[in-house]
Amino acid sequence: MRVAITSQGESLESRLDRRFGRAAFFVAVNTETGEFAVHDNTQNLNAAQGAGIQAGSNVVGLNVEALITGNVGPKAYAVLKAAGIRIYLAPDGTVAESLQRFKDGLLDECLSANVAGHWI
Amino acid sequence: MKIAVASGKGGTGKTTVAVNLSLFLVDADLKVTYADCDVEEPDGHLFLKPEITLKHRSAVLVPQVNPEACNLCGECGAFCRYSAIVVLKEEVMTFPELCHSCGGCAYICSVQAITEVDRYIGSVDRGSAGKLNFISGCLDIGQAMGPPLIKAVLRNITDDGITIVDAPPGTSCPAMTAVGDCDYLLLVAEPTPFGRHDLELMLQAVGSLPMPRGVVLNRVSGPDTAIEKLCSRYGVPILSRIPEDRRVAEAYSKGLTAWKAVPGYKALFADLWSKIEPVAGRYTA
Repeated sequence: MRVAITSQGESLESRLDRRFGRAAFFVAVNTETGEFAVHDNTQNLNAAQGAGIQAGSNVVGLNVEALITGNVGPKAYAVLKAAGIRIYLAPDGTVAESLQRFKDGLLDECLSANVAGHWI
Repeated sequence: MKIAVASGKGGTGKTTVAVNLSLFLVDADLKVTYADCDVEEPDGHLFLKPEITLKHRSAVLVPQVNPEACNLCGECGAFCRYSAIVVLKEEVMTFPELCHSCGGCAYICSVQAITEVDRYIGSVDRGSAGKLNFISGCLDIGQAMGPPLIKAVLRNITDDGITIVDAPPGTSCPAMTAVGDCDYLLLVAEPTPFGRHDLELMLQAVGSLPMPRGVVLNRVSGPDTAIEKLCSRYGVPILSRIPEDRRVAEAYSKGLTAWKAVPGYKALFADLWSKIEPVAGRYTA
């Protein structure tokens, strides 16, 4: 299956970016083959509002079934849920470590936003 | 003629000055309207105690998508700068609270799947306090955007007579919307380090606006060279210095206007108006 992981950098050894809306990059990985592609999300860093919605929309475009990240706000959650993408929250680590924790079934599925929005 | 009373820092005395100036002008037999544009927390009514004769709900337009007509092309989402409308694989989601009502999504939709519908954000009250016309805007609790309601208040102002606009504090969108097209900008400042700092922010914020401006120092208890230097540097006159006076605070705490409670206020506002009126008059001409 295909999974997206928020990342601070452009490799599997980069640290997981705990932010979703303003994550630096999304790494889209095929869990069976290990193939991955890196997608830049830095245009959202300066977004005054709606970064979670924008990031959610971008992730939908990556055709993944699941997302691994640190925190998800209410609007991002609404977008991902509407698109049927399952969300898993991971502790600190590298992208590769987060992927392994996911494959080992160690990550809990996130069933609601776990942080508030930044503005409205 | 529209006089906007603003400040940088909150709590400097905008409402005190706006209310008392309005009462002075009414007492001088002029046709006056007081317009409270601090829609997040209007407080002019606490002192003027108006009789409200008309209260109407104010709305902004937000998109509503007809899923049957929509072809999921994504153009509306791509157009929106506020992420208020986003196109997913099988549906379009809207976030009305983020929408700035530009109408772009409805305009750009090639299959006319989007209509604009009302979203209510607050109320505009109209009435009077004796001979003083009164208008006030009040944002609903939970609403984040003031400017559309401030614009609604300003649209309710008629052209004749003098309008005193009580602006919101600060230097961001609500304050700028309230002062935007006034004929004279009166800035109320307090002679403290924070007061000086925030007055400078406001002088910078309005730097490129065309209307004449002046400063009133409030709660003065001695010389203040820092603010004087600042105003001199920006070429803005200090029109008046309202002394620190406990009686004003006592009146305020009882919801009474200084106008009634403190002798000498009439002369102070007469002097202030004598400095504003000719400059504002030349600007409107």
